Amino acid sequence: MKRPKHALSTRLWHWINAAAIIVLFMTGLNISNAHRHLYWGDYGFDPKDAWLHVIKFPGWGTIPQHYNLAVARDWHITAAWPFGLGVAFIWIAMLVNGHFRRDLTTRPSDWTPRAVLASIKAHAPGGAAHGYNPVQRILYGMVFGVLLPLMLFTGLAISPGFQAVAPWLLDLLGGRQSARSLHFIAAWGIFGFFVIHLLLALTDWRLIVEMFTGGKRDETAPAPPPPAPPPPVADTQEGVPAHG
Amino acid sequence: MVDLPRRSLLAGIAALGASACSKINQSETTQSLFEAAEDGHRAVHRALAGKQGLAPEYTRAERSPTFRGNGSVTVEDPFYKAQLASGFPDWRLEVRGLVEVPLALTLAELKAMPQRTQITRHDCVEGWSAIGEWQGPQLSALLDAAKVKPEAKFLVFRCADTLYGRDYYESIDMVDAYHPQTIIAHSLNGEPLPEKNGAPLRMRIERQLGYKQAKYVKAIEAVTSFEQIGQGKGGFWEDVAGYQWYAGV
Repeated sequence: MKRPKHALSTRLWHWINAAAIIVLFMTGLNISNAHRHLYWGDYGFDPKDAWLHVIKFPGWGTIPQHYNLAVARDWHITAAWPFGLGVAFIWIAMLVNGHFRRDLTTRPSDWTPRAVLASIKAHAPGGAAHGYNPVQRILYGMVFGVLLPLMLFTGLAISPGFQAVAPWLLDLLGGRQSARSLHFIAAWGIFGFFVIHLLLALTDWRLIVEMFTGGKRDETAPAPPPPAPPPPVADTQEGVPAHG
Repeated sequence: MVDLPRRSLLAGIAALGASACSKINQSETTQSLFEAAEDGHRAVHRALAGKQGLAPEYTRAERSPTFRGNGSVTVEDPFYKAQLASGFPDWRLEVRGLVEVPLALTLAELKAMPQRTQITRHDCVEGWSAIGEWQGPQLSALLDAAKVKPEAKFLVFRCADTLYGRDYYESIDMVDAYHPQTIIAHSLNGEPLPEKNGAPLRMRIERQLGYKQAKYVKAIEAVTSFEQIGQGKGGFWEDVAGYQWYAGV
């Protein structure tokens, strides 16, 4: 039985999530234009208390192209559904189909400079990249484990209707304005990932096609190194297997 | 074949930013999708928090040093001006519409009712927040006294202020009307409401955004629908700017 390189659940979620994220990000920039100051804590309305004065995002980067808080919010809170349910779905799917354990969990050895350097070398032209390398494991792990859930939970936390559901969520995030600030920061984190991800994908169009078709597992790729052989059995009484 | 997915992906991204957007926005399908999403948020909030689930309340130390005034911060009406100068001796809050006992209450009568004090956070739709201590009777007490008829589905708040030449009004459903934190506030931080914050009376509906917290309230009207009121969308900002009627997201 041949498994595709990308499971159907992964592909389905990937494209739905991509569309949702683009809409959420660009409407988010329109919403940001309504009050371009970020604060920490529970309240904040005076620009002199802001930790960051945000630029006015230009129309070419926002949905809609002109400032319209109502329309931007319509899109934003609608796209929040496929995004939020999608994050829950992909987490369950990844845990069930083993994608998370197999491809995204890291080992202590993945965090060493040597592992990172080797990952980059393998991806350089002519490199022999295959499977998920340590850098990918770390980056994807951050996106799935930190950025996407943070986006979701900070979004829920700044909704006044949801604060009655989980007031502890606001406390956990340090207050409503802190949650709003974190929502903004995480959005740019995802934007950064999106740009790198898209640039790397565009270096080889087959990667994009495979995200639609599923692709085939690369049969010509070198097999994973065989497990280390057991230490030679010493020719002594202790070395003789008990049942021998 | 190879180029197709990439091309359609890029075209898809481009379409989102293009003028196609305004057509998409105005289509009936999109509008009903938006409404479904909004209704879904409301249904989930209420299913998870319950109809009586409370918005967080804060301590006195957590209040913001001042409370920002926004939207209308002054009322031009001469009667209002005269009342403001003299402490609102002749101000009446009417409870009318689909009620068995219409009411017209003075400020003193409202202050004589059982009071609720709550320190809550006000979240403006724009993104900023302020925390203040509000005091006033629960709306539910007035509705009980007026004996709201069973066919009433919404409450419309009629206000003394005007913006862009239109009367300000807002509306909520009966779930929020009977919510324990829905009060008619006459005091902010232990003082009578300042003009910028809605003197002499304003609504506090704590699980919704700032534009639901109607200021300068003159009358509360029980209705079956708000289709015949204003532009029919349920509130000033809903009519003027297309804001979401459920302001809990």
